[in-house]
Amino acid sequence: MTTTSPPTRSDADTPALDVEGLCVELSTPSGTVRAVDGVSFSVRRGRTLALLGESGCGKSMTALSVVGLLDPAAAVTGGAVRVRGDDTLRMSPAQRRRLAGPVLSIVFQDALTALNPVQPVGRQIGEPFRIHRRLSRRQAREKAIELMTRVGIPEPRQRARSYPHQFSGGMRQRLLIAMAVALAPDVLIADEPTTALDVTVQAQIMRLLRDLQDERDMAVVLITHDLAVVAQRADDVVVMYAGTVVENGPVRDVFAAPRHPYTRGLLDSVPEDSVRGRPLPAVPGSPPELSAVPAGCVFQARCPLVRERCVRERPVPRPAGEGRSAACHFSEELDRA
Amino acid sequence: MPESATTTPGPAAEGPREDTPLLEVRGVTKAFGSGRRRLTALDGVDIEVGRGTTLGLVGESGCGKSTLARVLLGLERPDAGTVRFDGTDPFALRGKELLAWRRRVQMVFQDPFASLNARMSAADLIGEPWRTHRDVVPGAGAREKRIRELLDLVGLRAGDAHRYPNEFSGGQRQRIGIARALALDPDLVVCDEPVSALDLSVQAQVLNVLSDLRTRLGVTYVFISHDLSVVRHISDRVTVMYLGKVVEHGETDEVFETPRHPYTAALMSAAPVLHPGGGSRREEIQLRGEIPSPFDIPSGCRFRTRCPRAEEQCASEAPPAAARGTADGGEPHTALCHFPLAAGSSWA
Repeated sequence: MTTTSPPTRSDADTPALDVEGLCVELSTPSGTVRAVDGVSFSVRRGRTLALLGESGCGKSMTALSVVGLLDPAAAVTGGAVRVRGDDTLRMSPAQRRRLAGPVLSIVFQDALTALNPVQPVGRQIGEPFRIHRRLSRRQAREKAIELMTRVGIPEPRQRARSYPHQFSGGMRQRLLIAMAVALAPDVLIADEPTTALDVTVQAQIMRLLRDLQDERDMAVVLITHDLAVVAQRADDVVVMYAGTVVENGPVRDVFAAPRHPYTRGLLDSVPEDSVRGRPLPAVPGSPPELSAVPAGCVFQARCPLVRERCVRERPVPRPAGEGRSAACHFSEELDRA
Repeated sequence: MPESATTTPGPAAEGPREDTPLLEVRGVTKAFGSGRRRLTALDGVDIEVGRGTTLGLVGESGCGKSTLARVLLGLERPDAGTVRFDGTDPFALRGKELLAWRRRVQMVFQDPFASLNARMSAADLIGEPWRTHRDVVPGAGAREKRIRELLDLVGLRAGDAHRYPNEFSGGQRQRIGIARALALDPDLVVCDEPVSALDLSVQAQVLNVLSDLRTRLGVTYVFISHDLSVVRHISDRVTVMYLGKVVEHGETDEVFETPRHPYTAALMSAAPVLHPGGGSRREEIQLRGEIPSPFDIPSGCRFRTRCPRAEEQCASEAPPAAARGTADGGEPHTALCHFPLAAGSSWA
């Protein structure tokens, strides 16, 4: 429906987004901590990759590094973020800004803080066209109305003059999505896009994202803590814990037979198919503080398989079947559990 | 197991009646504001909770579930309708009787970061209710002992008593919130989204603590949550609310396996599941639009603006509560709908 032609397709073999060995450090009052430690993944156009993990695992920090919106207290200290083959970490700020919108864009969780409260929404949605396509105010406005229609805002022509607070949570999320997909980016990052919404509205937003992804052949990186959303929506999953990737692979395979005890623990904790009155198999304890991540395996304190080697030596990701890897010394034992 | 766990919850003045439910709410209506800015948060709500059972309360924002929780706690007086707690109307109580009743109903809050005073130790937080209810645990020695028992009951260590909230993780803080609610040996605990602020791996731990307490102490819960899989796991019965009305009620498995109200069916189909195709109805039902403003409730059936089955009758007439007995002759399964879904029927 937008008239913009998609940017030139890269070679089918080059992933739209390729993150390799990303490290991010964060200065805190009590010293520097490593919030993201050697995270790697890649995603092609048309595919959805989920970054799955609990609060503080580094998934949002990873996303913000990819789009270059890290908090000043945080800095990328290593690795590469390649978009269509070019490392964005080596680009000048001006070069990176040119990518923001036509190539790479992000949808945040909280639409109320992500939108400008003192500007009518039509102007905000039209802004990418003014900046990147140099359209006139009037043309940008028409584009904004087209997009608002596409994402399902009723009476878009009138509503373009409204301000963010005059919309419901679900409608605001639609506006944010409209803005993010305005220039048909190659890669769309969605950071918990539906967590703040009611279930029935959540389903509508997920459906909208899926349709837009299909129309525009975007690569989507979905950041979430919700296993069911991953199962329903993603092709591949990267499971993060304490700043590291503990397991990755196709969702279907990983969820059917996890190769990391943390993934297994998470899947078992979901109270689906559980028996009422029977305790849920919970993972004991809670994730480590980033300032106190142990030297060996990051999951050792909560792991049922832990032994001496795990305390001594941090496991590196090892191949664990077709397109899969897991960072566990004893992942083979999970098959037998 | 701590001693007090064996003592049964304190009987009411007129003695417990095992045949009546612990809590009976009939036709409760509560509105706020006036004129055009009048918002009817609860509109003729009926619920019933049997002793030692758990009622799950499900619904989206604005459905009235939190207002209902406040009514159950005696914090909001209903405009109409009756609340019976163990046969007594709490809103008719005064003075000492009211105080005695308040002890019997306690609450666990959603946010363990906001609901605990950061300047009080775990022991102070858990023992604070005794400042008001002085004779529940008399004497400093007994209180100290009881705090240790409560900590143990919720899976914390005795050494945690003198630590402060910032030294605890979210899951541990929620355990303190639960211990605090139990300090007065309540009969009913209202849990408002008790695990939704917690990480998944920790959620399961806290749910286990809650189930364990029910088995050990016979606590009755009203469990409010938007997470259907959590509600299904913990509740014996489920009440579904939409815009201030109860639209469906029944035994948990009945409601989940054969929802009768189109809203319940849509809610269940909308919630993503880990294992799609696992048993229950999985056709996806997309609802139109969003919940209407509670200031402007649709005529007739309030769900009709989003209902795929709505007909003319739905706009003109408020639907009756259609009841159906369960397959095994159990309690009825009601739905507030002109055209309830038949058991096993596919979505029309």
